[in-house]
Amino acid sequence: MQNDWLYIGLFLVIGIIVPIVPLVFSALVAPHKPNPIKQSTYECGIETVGESWIQFKAQYYVFALVFLVFDVETVFLFPWALSINQLPIFAVLEGILFISILVAGLVYTWRKGLLEWV
Amino acid sequence: MNLWNDPINFVANWLRGLLTSRGLANGFATVILFFIGIVVLILFAMLLDIFLVWVERKVVARFQDRLGPNRIGPFGLIQPFADIIKLVIKEDITPAGADKLIYNMAPVLAMASVILLWAILPLASKIYGVDLNVAVLYLVAAGALGTLSIIMAGWASNNKYALLGAFRMVANMISYEVPMVVTLLIPTILANTMSVKGITDAQSSVWFVVLSPLGMLIFLISAIAELGRAPFDLNEAESEIVAGFHIEYSGMKFGLFYAGELLHAFTFGGFVAMLYFGGYGVFGLEKFVPVLQAPLVAAVIFLGKAMVGYWVIMWVKYSMPRIRIDHMLAFNWKFLTPLSLVILVVTALASKLLSGSPTWLAALVMFLTNVVIAWLTIEILRGVGRRQRRLEQSLASPASPLARHGSE
Repeated sequence: MQNDWLYIGLFLVIGIIVPIVPLVFSALVAPHKPNPIKQSTYECGIETVGESWIQFKAQYYVFALVFLVFDVETVFLFPWALSINQLPIFAVLEGILFISILVAGLVYTWRKGLLEWV
Repeated sequence: MNLWNDPINFVANWLRGLLTSRGLANGFATVILFFIGIVVLILFAMLLDIFLVWVERKVVARFQDRLGPNRIGPFGLIQPFADIIKLVIKEDITPAGADKLIYNMAPVLAMASVILLWAILPLASKIYGVDLNVAVLYLVAAGALGTLSIIMAGWASNNKYALLGAFRMVANMISYEVPMVVTLLIPTILANTMSVKGITDAQSSVWFVVLSPLGMLIFLISAIAELGRAPFDLNEAESEIVAGFHIEYSGMKFGLFYAGELLHAFTFGGFVAMLYFGGYGVFGLEKFVPVLQAPLVAAVIFLGKAMVGYWVIMWVKYSMPRIRIDHMLAFNWKFLTPLSLVILVVTALASKLLSGSPTWLAALVMFLTNVVIAWLTIEILRGVGRRQRRLEQSLASPASPLARHGSE
């Protein structure tokens, strides 16, 4: 068990190092001649106007909020799904009740018109 | 235990003996063995990735009635190596206003998030990285890193097209993660375990695609959306925002994004094969034909299944037009998510009620339930479509004064 996580930790480290290797190699071999025109922002040849780091559209936040509810609650469903054969039938029904509360939230956002892209 | 029946442990034990005989502590030897194993596995994935570039180019060429790469080497097999040399010696341009650290971290993270998935991919019953008991959650977590890399790339490039691409990708990925997590619950319920080997072994008699064909379809669709491939490739819509989040990347950094996407698609082909198509098993035939149990043969079977999954993903990509963002989000939130929750509830109830009954009966009942759900869904969709058409017709009919005015 402990060894499993040691493996994952090592995998993470090596998995990050492996993509860095070609980048380092490329930095050694490739030419490097920067100039202001080359480094300017590419927007189909038109000079860029104003700041690029603008605010997110509020619509994206709404979807992120709906997602957050679902994602956190589906994580709660994993233990239930794992032990479904050992659970008594009413515990299974309770899990289904939990899912229907989730669906009620989805229906609410739907009726509120928050799922429409404007 | 010999080389044919258990190659990994055979080599590992031999190496461990070699290391401990030189006076190394057992724990330290374990770390070194892990290190060697991981490097071999990742190098295999990278080599496969190079091959996938060739497959992708060849297949897209055939879809578009072209020949594809055919000059360098037999069937153009050396072409991807030529591509790599080209990418490595290309100048790497960093835009002037970019946030350098995040800009350079993004492609590394994009590739690393895919490589991390290979830790849990079971190539055969005895060839796998690690058999985590929370592997399904690990799959979701490593997938989320990919989203992060795209936000980082889009934000750090200091380019409005890149930022738009990143916005869209985030909306896309977080939306489709919901049906994906729900359809990951279905194999968990059916197999009663989250470990990838447990899920594969639970399918030795009947594949989960029979028990839950709709779950498989929803998982495949949301996996394609998670990958950001067509028809969900709004993040790099060439016709509007050129290349989206990787517009400013050049040289090897672009190469990492590109190779990462291909390997990601193949890996998800592998996960579809593992979760719904029996992984390295062949209809339980391996009980009677011992050759199929040999790890190397099983690995070839698994990679073949993953390749089929990859091919289906490519098939979808090159056959479908890109869909609009409002359609994409509506398709997810108003169709896939409710449907996947319905399937989850039905699967949970059915597997609970049928837990004592013979396998064939359970499989038959579950398959028929899925057919009924699919039929009901189509009926509901048809009803909605009919109502919408009637609404449009009543708006456009000559009875309305506005339309009559227009026709005169």
